[in-house]
Amino acid sequence: MYSTKYVKAKDLSIAASIVTDAEDGKFLAGGMTLIPTMKQRLASPDCLVDLAGCGLTGIEDEGATIRIGAMSRHVDVAESAVIQREIPAIAGLASQIGDRQVRNRGTIGGSLANNDPSACYPSALLGLGGTIHTQNRSIVAEDFLTGMFETDLDEEEIIIAISFPKPDKAAYVKFPNPASRYAMVGVFVAKFPDEVRVAVTGAGEDGVFRASNLEAALNENFNAEAIVDGSVSSDDLMSDIHASAEYRAHLIGEMTRRAVVACE
Amino acid sequence: MTNISMNVNGNGLTHEVPDNTLLVTFLRETLGLTGTHVGCDTSQCGACIVHLNGESVKSCSLFAAQVDGAEVTTIEGIANGDKLHPMQLAFHENHGLQCGFCTPGMVMSAIELVTKNKDLTEREIREGLEGNICRCTGYHNIVKSIQDAAVKMS
Repeated sequence: MYSTKYVKAKDLSIAASIVTDAEDGKFLAGGMTLIPTMKQRLASPDCLVDLAGCGLTGIEDEGATIRIGAMSRHVDVAESAVIQREIPAIAGLASQIGDRQVRNRGTIGGSLANNDPSACYPSALLGLGGTIHTQNRSIVAEDFLTGMFETDLDEEEIIIAISFPKPDKAAYVKFPNPASRYAMVGVFVAKFPDEVRVAVTGAGEDGVFRASNLEAALNENFNAEAIVDGSVSSDDLMSDIHASAEYRAHLIGEMTRRAVVACE
Repeated sequence: MTNISMNVNGNGLTHEVPDNTLLVTFLRETLGLTGTHVGCDTSQCGACIVHLNGESVKSCSLFAAQVDGAEVTTIEGIANGDKLHPMQLAFHENHGLQCGFCTPGMVMSAIELVTKNKDLTEREIREGLEGNICRCTGYHNIVKSIQDAAVKMS
């Protein structure tokens, strides 16, 4: 690993100013992606600002929404009584990320800021139509997720919390890559009084996306049978050593069916 | 360089380390606690698992500076003098190891599993070991050891 400077910031304004002043500063949350990436020399920030001392934890029921502090770890989300009661699909999603040791360190804010095209959380953010709160502003999911590994965050902007509206029903089903546990395809289905939303991770060439034709079918008839074979196009889907675009297209349909069944 | 203080296996200590020192490097090379192994070094295999404030973490994917002020337990810190920890004893009695390289991580992982859930099913044990890889593929006896230890620890 290249040498780097490590600072544990005491508050958000200090954290932001250190990153602004550094040549290539990065915020460090759980580090479950960033540190392995630095070890492989795929990233070489000259300064790391650890957000662990800035608070940013806590999970609150706000009535129509659940608000999750950005530094909440996957294990905190998976085991939260509030989330298990109000949006169990998010708790279930968190319990399937990586392995136990990754869940003991990795955070929801870190995962969303990284916006890995195969990560689980972006599908919950987009599927539920959640909102990202930073120290400066609130950003709705569609505006926040701008592409593969890309978000609308400015360089010195820090996610402080994420709020998720409570759906009538929701479920997340993924087909994990057996080695990495990342989603080869993951589908988050959320049913609200006025609409059904379907967000797909692990498959899109531009990262997580909403499957509008599946949404239309499920708005018509919220039943697994509404998803017919061949209804997902392989255009704009990833093709790699793990799966072809055609196979991913098939998995999107199947994972959506399973998610709809899991909603019942 | 950063000054770090932590409690490792019950001993408080303070050291100055380069900022990019990984926890596993600090444990092995600075403190000489070589029971914690580096297997894959890419946070897949779990040979480097230690407990951080009672929870299992992969010490190859943490900076020593991040755990400043924390309590760390390694495989060297779980026995009571000459008396093995019930998990170590169970691995010994059930032949829960072949080459032994993954064993420290397996034991540390297993202790957290059993501590958090005493009524573990075999499936829960296998799923709970997702972050540990045994290249000898000796999983059957590892699972058996953990089931045995769960009884002894309850």
